[in-house]
Amino acid sequence: MTVATPGPLLDVAELAKRFTVGGKQGLLARATSFRKPVAPLPQLHAVDEVSFTIARGETVGLVGESGCGKSTLVRLINRLLDPTSGSIRLGGAELADFKARDFAGNPHRARIQMVFQDAGDSLNPRYTAADAIADPVRRLKKMSGAQLAARVEELADMTGLPRELLSRFPHQLSGGQKARVGIARAIAVEPELLILDEPTAALDVSVQVVILQLLQQLKRELGMSYLFVSHDLNVVRLLCDRVLVMYLGKVVEQGPAAEVFADPRHPYTKALISAIPQVDLEGAEPEQRAGRLRLGGEPRSPIDPDPTVCRFYGRCPKGTPRCAEEMPLLHPAGTARQVACHFA
Amino acid sequence: MTAVPALSVPALSVENLSVEFRTRSGVVKVLEHVGFSVDKGETVALVGESGSGKSVTAFAVMGILDAAGKVTSGRALFGGTDLLALSEHDLAEQRGRELSMIFQNPRTALNPIRRVGRQIADVLVRHGGATRNDAPRAAIEMLKRVRIPDPERRAEAYPFELSGGMCQRIMIAIALACRPALLIADEPTTGLDVTTQAVIMDLIGELAGEAGMATIFITHDLALAAEYCDRIVVMHAGHIVEAAPGRDLFAHPRHPYSAKLLAATPGETVALEDLASIPGGLPDLRRSDLPACRYSDRCERRLEQCIQPLPQHTVGERHVVACWNPL
Repeated sequence: MTVATPGPLLDVAELAKRFTVGGKQGLLARATSFRKPVAPLPQLHAVDEVSFTIARGETVGLVGESGCGKSTLVRLINRLLDPTSGSIRLGGAELADFKARDFAGNPHRARIQMVFQDAGDSLNPRYTAADAIADPVRRLKKMSGAQLAARVEELADMTGLPRELLSRFPHQLSGGQKARVGIARAIAVEPELLILDEPTAALDVSVQVVILQLLQQLKRELGMSYLFVSHDLNVVRLLCDRVLVMYLGKVVEQGPAAEVFADPRHPYTKALISAIPQVDLEGAEPEQRAGRLRLGGEPRSPIDPDPTVCRFYGRCPKGTPRCAEEMPLLHPAGTARQVACHFA
Repeated sequence: MTAVPALSVPALSVENLSVEFRTRSGVVKVLEHVGFSVDKGETVALVGESGSGKSVTAFAVMGILDAAGKVTSGRALFGGTDLLALSEHDLAEQRGRELSMIFQNPRTALNPIRRVGRQIADVLVRHGGATRNDAPRAAIEMLKRVRIPDPERRAEAYPFELSGGMCQRIMIAIALACRPALLIADEPTTGLDVTTQAVIMDLIGELAGEAGMATIFITHDLALAAEYCDRIVVMHAGHIVEAAPGRDLFAHPRHPYSAKLLAATPGETVALEDLASIPGGLPDLRRSDLPACRYSDRCERRLEQCIQPLPQHTVGERHVVACWNPL
């Protein structure tokens, strides 16, 4: 990828988000709690000391199973949630200091935008396509009247949405058309970083292709960086320069997408990649599937995890006593790769 | 239609199935002349995009169509009886015992206020001849079969206390409790993680293999279908356009739509630029002048005769295509 300016666009360092859970928070419990000594409430470690960068013009894929903290990480970066600790620097500006509550009015708001998972659910049903696209421009760029209308038409053209559909409401649009509105709305304020949360999960394969190609083309034309969150590893492989693999709040592996897919190092990444359904035209018989890596069990609890135990311990096919005594840290493995495993 | 190998016995044979939905804006011809069969011990995938009629086919066979839906023609032969002709009472006896179904979203399909062990026991009591006393133990046995760790404790759990993958295992345990002869799995892994998906698919495959069960697997994921199924049936707008063993379909798709669908599917070795979308959309199935081939409006290989009733070409072993101008 071409990097014009020095330094990464996004630099996330030791970012953490812990949620307080449980505890008796009912009225009666609170009324009677003065008698007991105050014990610290359990903490759910949703995102735990995550560090990574995204270069200008780069697409970084974020993968991991549900509950691993992908969405929390995205909401932190997008400044919809306040981090517990850590820093989020976007092109040199520290965003972690701003409160999520006030960020909508922040001049930096336009620099990070998001395309949501289900375009149907994330569009206001009472807004026409034109209203939906115009809304962020009106709020963040203080544009109005003829200029705004022209901008909306320009965005419709850029995303391949026929202009005559601009006056329609979401329920009058197809899935692919709604996805285009979602993308047009997100790029309307010329963001530098676009976060894509499973943008094609709700679409059929034939439509998915068109949307992925559109995203690729827009990235080239507008020079944006993408953080691409997806379950579908085949799609991540198509679009991403680099991948981050998360497991239970931690980044367990990162590196260039092609390398990670060809030669996964972390046992979790190995299981993830071996689970991608594949068609074997050479005629391998189903029995050969037995050699595949399958994960048993359930993930460990993210609530007050033991800081000395590897998060993957218990599900990991390797699982040695050392894994239960010493948490493996993310360490370099090759030129551009990092892995958090004692044995990789 | 095809030369069936002597050994195979169809467990289910669907013939000429047509289904219409009466709606306020007219009659929608959702399925037309759908025919396919599943052998004992065989896994057949129904694939297609949304609106292709995959689920309606399954619902019609199970007799659980929405009230607006009506079977207008066809038979579904299952062990000598036509399921479509059975009374609701007789069909209810078959379902759960001989016929079973796994639904898309396990969390909504399970009863949220009943312990999962009891939900499995319910099926065993209703259809499996178990008594209220020995059913709970049999339910725990089922939980073991679907490899739920600590089954005694999990039997006491409510669905909300379990992960999506666990809930789907419970669904599988319920579906397989009475060792059915036919299992229909409607997108059983949509919404699950890819690692969980692999485990669940392995489990269904293994249990079906052990019991010699016939399985119909509904999915929109062609690669998943090819990996786990013996044959793939491709549907488009309520028609079956092609049926073939998975590997043959991937190597040599014969229907133009199957070929386009494959060309749009991301895989290990394709680049984004090489993927091609399918132009056009599904035809409006309310139209009275639908062409015989419902793909013809989008098709690059269209001929004049494509408006006439479609031929069924047998182009290989168990490979059938419905097209006037196949590839």
